[in-house]
Amino acid sequence: MTLPPRLRIVHLYPDLMSVYGDRGNILALVRRAQWRGIEVDVTGVTVGDRLDPDEADLIFFGGGQDREQAVVSKDFVGEKGEATIEAVEDGAALLAICGGYQLLGRTYTTFDGQELPGAGLFDIRSVPGPRRHIGNALVETDLDGESRTLVGFENHSGCTYLGDGVRPLGKVLVGAGNNGEDRTEGAVYRGAYGCYLHGSLLPKNPWLADRLLAIALRRRTGASVALPALDDRLEDDAHRAVEQRVRAAGGRVQSGAW
Amino acid sequence: MPSPRLSAALLAGRGAAALSRRLGRGGGTVIAGHLVPRMAPRALRDLTRQLPLGSAVVSGTNGKTTTTRLIAHILRQAGHHPVHNRAGANLLTGLFSAVVQDASFFGRPRSDVGLFEVDEATLPGALRHIEPRVLLLLNIFRDQLDRYGEVHFVAGIWQEAVARLGAATTLAVNADDPLVYGLVDHARGPRLLTYGVVDRSAGSPTLPHAVDARLCPRCGSAMAYDLAFYGHLGWFRCTAGDFTRPTPDVAVTRVDPQGDAGSLLTFRTPRGGFTAEFKLPGLYNVYNALAATAACLALGVAPATIGRGLETFTAAFGRLERIPIERRELYLALVKNPVGFTEVLRTILQQPGRRTLLLVINDQFADGTDISWLWDVDFESLADDRVNLAVCSGIRAEDMSVRLKYAGVPTERIRVENDVRAALEIALQAAEEGETVYALPTYTAMLAVRDVLRQTGYVRGFWED
Ligand SMILES: [Zn+2]
Repeated sequence: MTLPPRLRIVHLYPDLMSVYGDRGNILALVRRAQWRGIEVDVTGVTVGDRLDPDEADLIFFGGGQDREQAVVSKDFVGEKGEATIEAVEDGAALLAICGGYQLLGRTYTTFDGQELPGAGLFDIRSVPGPRRHIGNALVETDLDGESRTLVGFENHSGCTYLGDGVRPLGKVLVGAGNNGEDRTEGAVYRGAYGCYLHGSLLPKNPWLADRLLAIALRRRTGASVALPALDDRLEDDAHRAVEQRVRAAGGRVQSGAW
Repeated sequence: MPSPRLSAALLAGRGAAALSRRLGRGGGTVIAGHLVPRMAPRALRDLTRQLPLGSAVVSGTNGKTTTTRLIAHILRQAGHHPVHNRAGANLLTGLFSAVVQDASFFGRPRSDVGLFEVDEATLPGALRHIEPRVLLLLNIFRDQLDRYGEVHFVAGIWQEAVARLGAATTLAVNADDPLVYGLVDHARGPRLLTYGVVDRSAGSPTLPHAVDARLCPRCGSAMAYDLAFYGHLGWFRCTAGDFTRPTPDVAVTRVDPQGDAGSLLTFRTPRGGFTAEFKLPGLYNVYNALAATAACLALGVAPATIGRGLETFTAAFGRLERIPIERRELYLALVKNPVGFTEVLRTILQQPGRRTLLLVINDQFADGTDISWLWDVDFESLADDRVNLAVCSGIRAEDMSVRLKYAGVPTERIRVENDVRAALEIALQAAEEGETVYALPTYTAMLAVRDVLRQTGYVRGFWED
């Protein structure tokens, strides 16, 4: 029997886009691969580095503070953005949260009203919103006709609107989602997923972590791989606790002071 | 002469505080503080101006309460009588309360020096009332993001506050925090006093993964570190060359850690050096000792007195306490942000042997409603065999358990019990006689732990101390 190949995860800007615990998504992907005997290499790619689309089975792009995001957008939109799109078109998996999600859209508008081009992977446009959306969120998805929920914590003032070339990741049951208006949250294009959910997202939504791993493995091996089930009791309890908490509160547990 | 309005306001404020104490509502200090600013908006200014030694104002994300207590303790050693606000009462109302309760009927302070711990976002407002003799700025870390947004928000409002300081103020700043030291650019009026750690052996050559300040505050280029102490504190320099960590005026030149018994510290100051056996463990407490030393020097306290004060100090409420309980010891330390939590873990891990932990995580407003930050805490340091049992409790116990699992703590050593009292019992039972149980709660979780301890007779109410 041949050893399974090492899975290659690229973490975009781990030094600059690393607020709100988004690093937990990397930890979840790495552990859940390792628990199944799949070895993983995580490569950080930051300002000045090159992103090779052939060397990325799974790309993660987290959220950052405004100042850091401004530096990152200059570096990312262009060559790295194109390499990211190339990898996704070639079958790679991608997860982008908050700031990373916005930078992968067609355009995003800064706080001082400048409309800047994004990398253009997702057909979305983001603009600053009138208020900040802060709180636990519950999202319903049906990616393969199977209804599932995502729990997370959103903290954003940006509003994202979907174009025709993209599907939402899910429907908001509790929270603001993309823009606080159309009840959509996130975007899906091929194996790429973007959304506003921190938390970290993947540890409490292990099914999404496994979905990303399966896409990445298929890209790596060229064949569909069925991932063995894991003991997810702690994860499922954590998911359920948040879900019950937000449902019982009839909406938001608590919103910010502004 | 006190104005009649001030006198009336003082009476009303004190009456409200006494009444709410009798009604058992806790300290009552905040009630008085809400009343007085409306009745006598100048009370804080008028009263602090009369303090013969002036005031010291302390702000920063981590270490405010401990540092302020430490300064108060040293000032008392030096024969002074400080007026200071109570732990947690660090908004404007808390400052008003403190000075009002200290004032005589004639509107004069009974104390001779003011000492105020101020919330980061409240600092500009507080400085409109108090012209401090010393403004001590400790650090800026990410804390309760849902309230303040981000570190640059705090840095921004502090810039404006610092720009308004005059020559009567000494601005004492942490030279090892680029976000705090970067404020010096905006200070034209005040005298400057910097403090920092210069012992290379206390640091490490690499930065931790989740750092809040990666960009130069002057030009926005990437920062490099020759040495990292904790979080983004260290010997930083801008890669574009326009901003470098200075040689601090007040320095700890040697840290000899002695486990959780504290450390032996060697100080260098413009007024001479000294050594002190400091009983609070951890490098973050070394910074608190340095900050207090800088502030006390600026207030005119002699180095020898400062050293004596550092040696005789024990920790503040809830920040770090040891409580004997059922022939075991409960080590209670507040955790509230990634950097602080990581440092507490580092301190605990200096102890040999197995460790029983009680991690109590709430997500109320005072804790920060977003618990994502748990993923930025270095729980990986607890992996493998270092944990005997980790009991996860509080509203977000389940999140904590998942975090530990992904950090590499074996799941059979993780227990989830949302109820704090039951969780404490499980943890105590898991520890042997003479062993320490490390209880690490967030803010409202700490109040819950103390409630349980008080009901069972182990500690008194916090306003009684
Ligand atoms: Zn610079």
